Order: sequence, then structure tokens, then C-alpha cells
Amino acid sequence: MTVELGHFALILALTIALLQGTLPLRGAARGDVRAMAVAPAAAVVQAVLVAVSFGCLVAAYVVSDFSVLNVALNSHSSKPLIYKVAGAWGNHEGSMLLWVLILALFGGAVAVFGGNLPLGLKARALAVQAWIAAGFYLFILITSNPFARLLPPPADGKGLNPLLQDPGLALHPPFLYLGYVGFSMAFSFAVAALIEGRVDAGWARWVRPWTLAAWVFLTIGIALGSWWAYYELGWGGWWFWDPVENASLLPWLAGTALLHSAVVVEKRDALKGWTIFLAIITFALSLLGTFLVRSGVLTSVHAFATDPERGVFILALLVIIIGGSLVLFAWRGPSLEGGGLFQPVSREGALLLNNLLLTTAAAAVLLGTLYPLLLEAMGGGKVSVGPPFFNAVFLPLMAPLVVAMAVGPLLPWKRGALAAVLPRLWVAAVAAAAATALALALLGDAAGIGLLGFGLAAWLFAGTLTEVAARIQLFAVPLRVSLRRAAGLPRAAWGMTVAHAGLAIAIAGMTGAAIGKTEVIRALAPGETVAAAGLTIRFDGLSQVAGGNYEAIQGRLTVKRQGEPVAVMTPERRIYPVEGRETTEAAIRSRPWGDLYLVIGTTEADGRTVVRVYVNPLVPWIWTGALVMVVGGAISLADRRLRLGAPARRATVPATIPVATARSEG
Amino acid sequence: MTRHRRRPVRAAIASALLPFLAIGAAAAVEPREMLADPALEARAREISRGLRCVVCQNESIDESHADLARDLRRLVRERLAAGDSDGEVTRYVVSRYGDFVLLKPPLKASTYALWFGPLVILAAGAVAVAVYFRRQAAPASAAGAPTGAPPSAASTTPLSAEEERRLARLLDRETDPSRVDEGHRP
Amino acid sequence: MAQALASPASRSRLIYVLPVALFLGLAAYFWIGLGKNPHDLPSTLIDQPVPAFALPPIAGREHGLTAADLRGQVSLVNVFGSWCAACRIEHPFLMRLKSDNVVPIHGINWREKDRDAGPQWLKRHGDPYTRIGDDPDSRAAIAFGVTGAPETFIVDRQGTIRYKHVGPITPEVWTGTLAPIVARLRTE
Repeated sequence: MTVELGHFALILALTIALLQGTLPLRGAARGDVRAMAVAPAAAVVQAVLVAVSFGCLVAAYVVSDFSVLNVALNSHSSKPLIYKVAGAWGNHEGSMLLWVLILALFGGAVAVFGGNLPLGLKARALAVQAWIAAGFYLFILITSNPFARLLPPPADGKGLNPLLQDPGLALHPPFLYLGYVGFSMAFSFAVAALIEGRVDAGWARWVRPWTLAAWVFLTIGIALGSWWAYYELGWGGWWFWDPVENASLLPWLAGTALLHSAVVVEKRDALKGWTIFLAIITFALSLLGTFLVRSGVLTSVHAFATDPERGVFILALLVIIIGGSLVLFAWRGPSLEGGGLFQPVSREGALLLNNLLLTTAAAAVLLGTLYPLLLEAMGGGKVSVGPPFFNAVFLPLMAPLVVAMAVGPLLPWKRGALAAVLPRLWVAAVAAAAATALALALLGDAAGIGLLGFGLAAWLFAGTLTEVAARIQLFAVPLRVSLRRAAGLPRAAWGMTVAHAGLAIAIAGMTGAAIGKTEVIRALAPGETVAAAGLTIRFDGLSQVAGGNYEAIQGRLTVKRQGEPVAVMTPERRIYPVEGRETTEAAIRSRPWGDLYLVIGTTEADGRTVVRVYVNPLVPWIWTGALVMVVGGAISLADRRLRLGAPARRATVPATIPVATARSEG
Repeated sequence: MTRHRRRPVRAAIASALLPFLAIGAAAAVEPREMLADPALEARAREISRGLRCVVCQNESIDESHADLARDLRRLVRERLAAGDSDGEVTRYVVSRYGDFVLLKPPLKASTYALWFGPLVILAAGAVAVAVYFRRQAAPASAAGAPTGAPPSAASTTPLSAEEERRLARLLDRETDPSRVDEGHRP
Repeated sequence: MAQALASPASRSRLIYVLPVALFLGLAAYFWIGLGKNPHDLPSTLIDQPVPAFALPPIAGREHGLTAADLRGQVSLVNVFGSWCAACRIEHPFLMRLKSDNVVPIHGINWREKDRDAGPQWLKRHGDPYTRIGDDPDSRAAIAFGVTGAPETFIVDRQGTIRYKHVGPITPEVWTGTLAPIVARLRTE
């Protein structure tokens, strides 16, 4: 019964979405306030309905209702509660429902918190949002119904993939989706602005918090996924340039560019067309990420071929949403040019360089990800595009970006001079040189150009601190005054400082992981030792351990430094009998300067067990850096100017403003 | 499930994980496969990392648990031990399985678009930025000049009221000293 | 019109249309991509002489399989293993080809963990093979660019690989694809 309620709520949500997608649009075109007011009300109702629907599915998982096909296929009564709940989105149908839930919640949030948005913009943005939602409700209801019954119900379910039974991974999809779907707000605002025919500083200010929130969530989602891969996959890799990862990186890159270009719109009323375009592209990449990867076009077209209905539906939706908005952009976009002028060397110029490099990087990653498919479709044969390509193309684009990141914030708006700014970065230059030299001394020159990664990290970190020190006039005025100035700085400024510093930390971590890694693989009998990076690791033996819904073989290893025991570590191999699968649980000893990462493998015929030892310097900095970036985003989100309750800047209903583009068809 | 479709861990669980993550198995090179000579073994690892496991989703043979990957690892080591150069070993595997096994696609006519694409995109972007600045630099007051104003305003169509306003705003801003610098200079 | 196109204004207008065009092109490729199976790896060995290989016989047989055995007449080389479920599917049809004496079928018994597994499997399901080579560690399989079992190669009189079929041979595959190739090669 619960399940039927969920199904019914979803159908209701669809009808509400259709209403929300039409009436307010008409109202906005005619200046009909009552019709426009339908949008926020409908958005709230929609959010409630989808929440009910999703709640029903989760409830079916929690009570292990195996008469629901989805539950029977993806859950098991012996699973811990948290994984019963997480199981609800650990499969195609459930994750689609989570996707539309988040979409509806964002729409509801705009309705509730967007009280100061111009009525017309809000009505149109919510209408666009409703069309996207309607498309995906239809997709779920027609091709991917999570509420389908299975009669008679089986005695128990098939279980959840053990790799998914992990707290990091249970939370990963919701955050990733919060990011992906969050960008739909920027998209809807962009399309609404195109319909209205105007973009101004106010628009940028309204869009920014939603984009920033989506960016924060996506950053968390990507970091969680990469962290999970690091500790769960058992060899200490954290980024693989896999199509699945690229799919989450693409909207992140475009979204980061969007955040920066929106600043230019807000402050200088320039780059408006470009910013709208970025908003469309960012969400387009999110959709591509969610659906094309999900459907397997990128990795295994076979999944699509076996289920052509879904494939065709998704492709049609993408063509309507992305293609439609791009057509609208081609039509209305040209009228959005103009705005404040600026010199190439200026804050705007630096932000433009940021956009150039980030979008090129995104385009390069997209090209590499899609190239095998494109080449094959053209009959050009089969190629693989792996990490060597992405590293060769991506890193040279990121290096100048990081160099410029220290310079840009020091430049004044409108016009500046490098000659005035560069001398102020002497501390950063010294720090970069020192970091590179230190890395060379510690790691030797075998790492080659990779050592520069440390130099870049130090440059960015010191450069970021230089900027904030200059702002608060540290050392130039009494400390008391500086502190007062620091407290008075806008939160958005602090957000930028913290986020940039976080990236510097993450870069140091990535560089350390890439060039400083030590790996030793040995088959050891109990009592034998292996040496790695100044440590002696003794294999004490194996024992059987029973977990909740798995059996584990646990290895015991004693780690010593110069004869002194420092740790006893217990990596495991787990066998999940229900799913018939095995996972590797690495034992990780994490310290600020790096991780010791131990894995046990199979036991060979002679009684020796394969032990893999990895020493991964600075790896924790990757996720620390990501966390600092997230904190930076959150601080910026708390800025007074961006607060959702900030006073409305204009009172006129934009619909009454003549649409400038009507003539440009000729 | 035939052996043919039996892909290793990554692909087997792909249906559940596809939307979220890269899926990998534990590193697969086993101690008993390794060569005694560390220099030769290091070369073997390097070659293996560049060769794709053809039955896997997106793994090199060095990382893969698949049987075929293991056999290829052994083949790489046998050939190295027999005195083949790195290039010869790689070329042999490519001659059997095609360019598909190379994780770093070779530079050839069919991959020019891949390798030079990013460069072309960057150049096109740089040109677009340069054009943007050139148009900005052109005197905004010259009638019909390609400024940042709507392109449809060129020569024939007179400026609309909206465009007049915009132009006025543009010029006004240009001469308004209070707007020149909003930067935070120390 | 040409003049209009040349004007900077129309040119910048074109830039706005470019994303739509690019996206539609991409969507078209996705559409084509829907029908493709990424696991079809075209063989690099078509029209190449069979790789030099010499496999020992499996237990209970006198002859193994070498490259020289594949010269002289049109033949099939079938990669199989007792562990391979799809090989069971095509096996009855291979037996029929054998009993009808259509074309000689040579076997590469691939990656048996146990030396007796292959012979026992053949005892149970029948043995359609003229010659069989034992390939426990994929030497010949890799030389042939095999990615899984079953795979079947058509080799012509000169010992040149002319076709590769991936997956089980069904009657449809045989009459539709393989038989015409075999017939054509015989007339060459």
C-alpha cells in the first residue's frame, strides 16, 4: 500500500509540474501576478509530493518489503539499517527518484527562500525547473518505475553490492546529485533570463548562491567518491580518469568557471552572454554526467542496447533540454552583449583567463571521454583514452591557472598593471622556490617536472595569504587595526581566500601522491618482515573474523620504525555470502605527512600471503584541501550580499520591459 | 553468463555503480609473477601500466584481476626477459589487439583531433578573448562600429530605445570616475 | 547576403549558433552509439598469416596444433574451454558441422587449469575437432588476439586469417555469415 502511495504521489507531482511549467510562463508574459504566483505554490507542493514518494520507497527498503521488485533486487533482510536506506538509491530506479527529489527540493527552496526575487524571473525560472522535472518524472514512470511489484514475493532479497556497503559510498550519491541537480537552478535562471531578454547584476547576485551551493555539494561528492576509491579499492589510487569520474569533474570545472564569470556580471555587468552560456553548459554536463554514464553510453553501450527504451528516452530528453536551451541562447544571446569595459590586465581579465583555461580543460576532458565513442561512430576504429592522455592535456592547462590564481585577486578591477602586482608576490615566489628545492632534496630528481607541483602549491598558498594580508594591511598598520579590518572583510572575500588556499593544499597532496609513492609487494610467511620507506613491517599471521553480514580473513601486521613498534594494523579480505562477492579492506594509518596503506591478498600454496605495502606521502592533504575548499564555499555562501533575504534591488516586474531581441531575427 | 561476457569485478558490478564511481579491483600484479631483476621488473610494471586490459572497463593490465590481464603480464615479462625492448613488447601486443590496448592513444591521423583538439580549443578561445578586447578598445562612440553592442545594430538598423539606453549607460560609465576602481587596493 | 555574412555582426551571430550545431552533432553520434557494442573488438589479424605457434596435444591425443597445420585447405580455428558456458551453447552445432563433414575444425583448448578438464569435457559433449592444441597460459590465444571464448577464425588455404567471429556459432550465424565466407574461400 505504501508503495502504491509513493507511485501515486509521483504521478501527482507530474501533473503539478505540468501546471507549474505552463501557467506561470503565461502569467509572466502577460504580467498576470496571480498566474505567476502559481509557480512557488506548485513548487512547494511538488517538493512535498516527491518527498512522500521517495519516503515510501525508503520505507519499503527499511521494512524489507520484497514484494517490491526494486527492493528484492537490491536489498537483503540481513543488511545493517543504514545500508537498507542507502540501498534505496544504490540502483538505477531509486537513484532516479533521488535525482528528481533533489530537483523538487531545490525548486521548493527557491519558492520558499526566493521571496525577494522579481516575480517574473521567479515564475519563469520555476517554470523551466518544472519542465525538467516533468521530463524526468515521465522517464521514471514510463521506463524506470521503482514501485513495480514482484508477485509472489521472494523469501529474501538479492542483496546490495558489498562495495556499496560503506558509509562513504552511502553518502556519495546524494551529495553528487545535490551538486548535479543544484546546477539546474543556474540553468533555470539562465533560461528565464533568456526568455525575459535581460541579464544584470541583480540576476548574477540571485544566481550565485544556488550555483555556489551546488558547487559546494559537488565538491563534497567528488571528494567522497575519490576518498572511497582510495581506501576501498585497495591500491591507494584516488583518481583514475575513468569516464564515471570525468562525468563528475566536467560539471565541476564548468561550474567553477561559472562562479567566477558570474562575479564579473555582478560587479561589472560584463560577460553576460558568456555567463548564461556557462550556466547552460554546466547543467548540460551534469545531465550528461548523470544520464549518459548511467545509461552506459560511455562505458558499455551494451547496457543501452539491452534497454533501448531508456536509452532513446534519455537521449530525447537531453536533446530537448540542452538543445532547446542552446537554440534559445542562439536566438536571444546576442542581445546580452555589452556592459562594463575592462583592460586585459585587470581583475575581470584574470577571471576571463580563469574561464578560458577552465572551459578548455573541461572541453579537453569531454573530448577525451567521448573520443573513443566518436571515433567508432565515424568508423575510425577503436582507441582507448586513458590517464596518460588526460594527464598530458589537463595538467599543462591547470599549471598556468594556478600561477594566475595568485596574481588575479591582487589586480584591481577595470585596469591594472602586472608591474605593480608582481613585486608584491615575492613571498610567494620565495615559497615556491623553497618548496620545489625541499621536494628535490627529499625525493630526488627522478620525479622530474612533477616537483613543480609543490612549487605551484606553495606559490598559490603564499600568494593567497599575500592578498588577504594586503587587504587587512597586515604589518602596515597596528595589528589591532588589521584584525578589525579582517573582521570587516566581506565573507565572499574570505570565502575566496579559504577556497584558494584549500586548492593549494589539495595540489600539494596530489603531487605527493603522484610522485612520492612507495610500493612494495611481497608474499610473506607469518613472522617474515618487509621494509618500506624506513619502516619494518612484520606479518604476524591470519585469523578469521565474523562481521555482520560478511566473513573476513584478517591479517595482522606489526609496523616498526628503528625497532620501535609504532602500530599494529589489520587489513581484511571480506567475503559477503549473500552477494557472493569479496572485497578488500585496506588498513590505513593516516598521518599529516602521509599514509601507510596495507593490503593483504591471496594466500599462496606455500602458505605465504601476499602483502602489499604502500607509503603515500601527503595523500590526506587531498581531502583536507577539498574540505577547506568546501568551507571556503560555505563562508562565501554566508555573505550578507548573497543572503537570500537580502533586500530586493528592483521592484518592477521584468515582464513589462520590452524584449530587446525581438528585432534581431532579421 | 559466458566467459566472454564475464568481465572482472569492475564491469560485473558496473550496473550498480556506474552513475557514481570508477570501479576498480585491488592491484593485481602478484609477487610470483614478478621478475627477479628489479630493473627489468620496473620496466615490466611501466609497460603493464600503459596497456589496457581488453576485457575490462578502464583498467590497465597492471591493475586488473582478469585472467587475460594476468596472462598478458606474464607475456610482457617473458618477452622482456628474452631481451625485447619496451617498444618491441608494446608493438607485439598492439599487433595482436590493435591500438585499443594502448591507454595512451598513438598519434596518428585518426587521433589528430584528440591530441590537437584541446590546443585548437584553447587557441580559438584565446582568439575569441582577443576579439572581445579589440571590440572593447574600438571607440564606442563611432556609429555602427562593432562594439560590444548587439550585433544586429550594425549599419542598417537604427538603435532602439533599449540600445540607446545601453549605449548611454556604457558611455556614462566610461566617464564616471567613481566607477573606475572598485578594487581593494592597500 | 554574402556581404552580411562577412560583417562582424553576423559572424558573431554565427558563434551563438555554433553550440547548437556542436550539440546536435554530438547527439547524432550518441544515437549511432546506441547500436554499437563496445566489446566488439575488431581483429587486427584479418588478412594476416596465422601467427607462428606450436601447441602440444591435449591429454589422450597424439597431435597438437601448429601454424603449419592450418595450410592446405580452408579451415576453422575454434577457441574453447571447459570453463566456458557459451562454448556449451555452440558445441552441438560444431558436432553437426563435423558429422556433415562440412569443414575441418581445429580447436585451441584455452586456459584449462586442470590438464584433464578439456579431454573430459570433450568426452562428455563430443569431439568435433580435427586437431587440438593445448593452450593453458594463453600463448596462442594472445597471438591470435583472443579476448574471450568462444572465438572462431576462418583460415584460408594459404594459412591466412580471413574472418573472426566472436561468441557462439549458431545456425543463423553459420548460414548467414560464416558458410558464405567458407564457400567463397574455397573457390579462390
